[in-house]
Amino acid sequence: MNSSPVIEVKNVSKSFKTVQAVKNVTLRIGQGQFVAILGPNGAGKTTLVEMIEGIQKPDKGEVLILGKHWQGHEDELHRVIGLSLQETRFVERLTVWETLRLFASFFGLGQDRAAMVIELVGLEDKRKAYVMHLSGGQRQRLALGLALLNNPRILLLDEPTTGLDPNARREVWSILLRLKEQSKTSLILTTHYMEEAERLCDYIIIMDYGNILREGTLNQLLLEDDEFTTIEFSFRDDSPSPETLQHESPFSYHWDPATQKGLLTLHQVEADLPGFLEFLKHRGAHLRHLECRRKTLDDLFISLTGRHLHE
Amino acid sequence: MNKIIQYKQLFQLISAYFWETIREPGVLFWGIVFPMLMSLGLGIAFTQKANVVSNIAIVEATTGQYTVPPQNHLIDDFLKHTTVTQALRDTTTLYKITIPDEKMGNTTFLFRKTTWQQAMVLLKRGNLSVVMTEQDDSIRYHFDPLNPDAQLTYLKLSRIIGPGGSVISQSNDNVAPLTVSGTRYIDFLVPGLIAMGVMMSTMWGLSYTIIEKRSKKLLRRMVATPMKKSHFLISMVTVRGGMNFIESAMLFLFAAIVFGITIQGSVAALLVVFLAGNIAFAGIAIFISSRTANTEIGNGYINVVVIPMMVLSGIFFSYHNFPDWAIPVIKKLPLTILADGLRGIFIEGAGFAGIALPSLILFAIGVVFFFAGLRIFRWH
Repeated sequence: MNSSPVIEVKNVSKSFKTVQAVKNVTLRIGQGQFVAILGPNGAGKTTLVEMIEGIQKPDKGEVLILGKHWQGHEDELHRVIGLSLQETRFVERLTVWETLRLFASFFGLGQDRAAMVIELVGLEDKRKAYVMHLSGGQRQRLALGLALLNNPRILLLDEPTTGLDPNARREVWSILLRLKEQSKTSLILTTHYMEEAERLCDYIIIMDYGNILREGTLNQLLLEDDEFTTIEFSFRDDSPSPETLQHESPFSYHWDPATQKGLLTLHQVEADLPGFLEFLKHRGAHLRHLECRRKTLDDLFISLTGRHLHE
Repeated sequence: MNKIIQYKQLFQLISAYFWETIREPGVLFWGIVFPMLMSLGLGIAFTQKANVVSNIAIVEATTGQYTVPPQNHLIDDFLKHTTVTQALRDTTTLYKITIPDEKMGNTTFLFRKTTWQQAMVLLKRGNLSVVMTEQDDSIRYHFDPLNPDAQLTYLKLSRIIGPGGSVISQSNDNVAPLTVSGTRYIDFLVPGLIAMGVMMSTMWGLSYTIIEKRSKKLLRRMVATPMKKSHFLISMVTVRGGMNFIESAMLFLFAAIVFGITIQGSVAALLVVFLAGNIAFAGIAIFISSRTANTEIGNGYINVVVIPMMVLSGIFFSYHNFPDWAIPVIKKLPLTILADGLRGIFIEGAGFAGIALPSLILFAIGVVFFFAGLRIFRWH
C-alpha cells in the first residue's frame, strides 16, 4: 500500500442510543485505490463512511483525510471530496442541468465543467428533464455526477446502486471503471452486492455488526482458505426434510431455507465427496443439483457469520 | 476563493430556489389569486349596504304569563300596513313591511303570530330577535338586552310604530355616510391581508422548505460541499421576500382597481415597513425550522406561531375589541406591528416618522431570531 495514505481511520468507534454502530475500526486507503466496504444492512458501513465524510464525529479514534482532521479543515477537505449519500433526494422541480450548475457553483465551477460531467454520466438527453421525472438509475447517475463535479481526489459513494435493476447498475459501474482508468481518484463505496465489490474494487473490507471481519484483495479473500472446495447442492421434493438430513449428516454444511440450497466446504473433494453422497443415498435423499464451484464473497460471508450478505 | 460573498454561488442558489418556488403548481393560486378572492369576498360582504331582515313574533294567545287575553288592536292596526305572505318552509302567515333607506340599507320586518312558548323556542333557535306583546294599550318588546341585533331591531321598530298603530316615516337627512377612500372596511382590510400574506407565505414557504430539504437529506448533501451556509439562507430569504413583494403588489393592484383603495402616506416608508416585516418573519421561520427534520412537527411549530397572531393581531377586525389587559400584549406581536404599520401608511397617511420605531422593532426581531436559529441550526 501507498506510504502516505489518502484516508486514514484509526481505532474509530461510534455508538448511537442503543447500538454500537462501529467498533474500533482501523483502515488505510492509498491514492487511486478503489475500496469496497461490503456488508449487510446494519453492518455499520454508512456510519463509518459518514465519519470519513465528516458528517458524523467519532466517539473514539481519529479520521485523517490527506493527513488532516476534519476539525478546522472543513472547507479545504470539502473541495477534494466528492460524495453521494444514501437516498438523497434532490429538488424535484429543478432540471438535471440546473442541479449540476447549482452544485458546480459551490465549487466555483462554471457551466463548462457541468457540461463535461453531464456527458460523463450520460445524462445529456435528460438535460432539461426535471429531477422528479428521472428513473432510479438516472437519479443515481445524477448523484454520481454531482459527486464528480470537483474532480475529487476522494470519492465516497454510499450504496450507489442499491435498488437499481441490473442494467442501471452496470451503467453506474462502467462510469466508475472509466474513472478508475483515467484518474487517480481514490474510491470508497459501500455495498451489499458482492458482484459490485468484485467488479469495481481492488480492496474489499467485509463488515458486520460494526466490526471488520476480513479485508484484502479479492484473491486474498477467496484464496485465504484455498484448500477448501465449495459444493452447492439442492434436493428433490421426495427427499427427507433437509433439516433432519443436516442434523444427521457427518459433514457439517450450511443450509439456506430461503433458497433451499446447501453449501458444503470440503477439504479434499476427491476423498470426501463420495462419503457425503454415500450418506445421502443411505438416507434416501435425491439430489436435484450438485455443483462444485469457485468460492464467492457471499460464501466467505456465510462461513464467517452463518448469514447471507443480503439478509 | 474565500471572499465574503461568492456571487456566482449566490446567484445560482437564488435562481434555483426561485425556479423551485414558481414551478410548484398552486403557487399562483394560493399566493396571488386566493388573497384577491379573499379581499373581494370580504370587501363586498362588508362594503355593500346591508339589507337587514328582522324576524319578530307577536304573541296574542292566552298562554304563558298572559292569563288575560291580550287585546291586540294596536298591533293589528299596525299590521294592516303590511303585506301578507307565506313562509317558505311552512305555511306560517308572515306580515312583511320594508322600510326603505338609501343611506343605511333597507330594513325588512317579518312578523308572525305565535304563542308565547313557540316564540321562546324560536328565540332560542335564533330565528327571532324580538317578541312583541300588547298590554294596556301599549306595545311591549321582549328581547335579550345583551344581543346587539335584538337591540337594533327594537330601536328601529319602536321608531316606526306610531300612535294608533300608524307607520311613521323617518327622514335620514341627518345621516351623512362616509364613503371617502380610507374609512371603509376594505381600506382597513387590505393592509391587514398584505401583512397576513407576508407572515403566511414566509412561515410556510421558508420553514416548510427548509424542513423538507433536511428530511430529504438535501441540506446534508449541500453542506458536504464548500457551499457557504449563509449564502444558502440568504438566497431562501431573498427569493421568499421577492415572492412576497409580488404577491402583495398584485393584491394591492387588485384592491386599487376594484375598490379604489389608495396609499395615503409615503410609498418609500411603506417599502421600509414591508421589508422589515419580511425580515422579522424570515428570522422567525428560520428559527423554528432550525432543528426538526419532520415536516409534521414543523407544521405544528408553524401553527403555534401563525394561529395566535391570525386571531389576535386584528387582521379582519380591530383588536380593540379584546379585553383591555390583552391589548398591550397584542400590540407587541410582530403581525400586529406590521399590520398597524402598513395601515398607518395606507389609511392614516403616515410617513417615515410614524414607522421608524415599528420597522426597527421588526428588523430587530428578525435579526435576533435569525442568529439564534443559525446557532442551533442542524444541517445534517
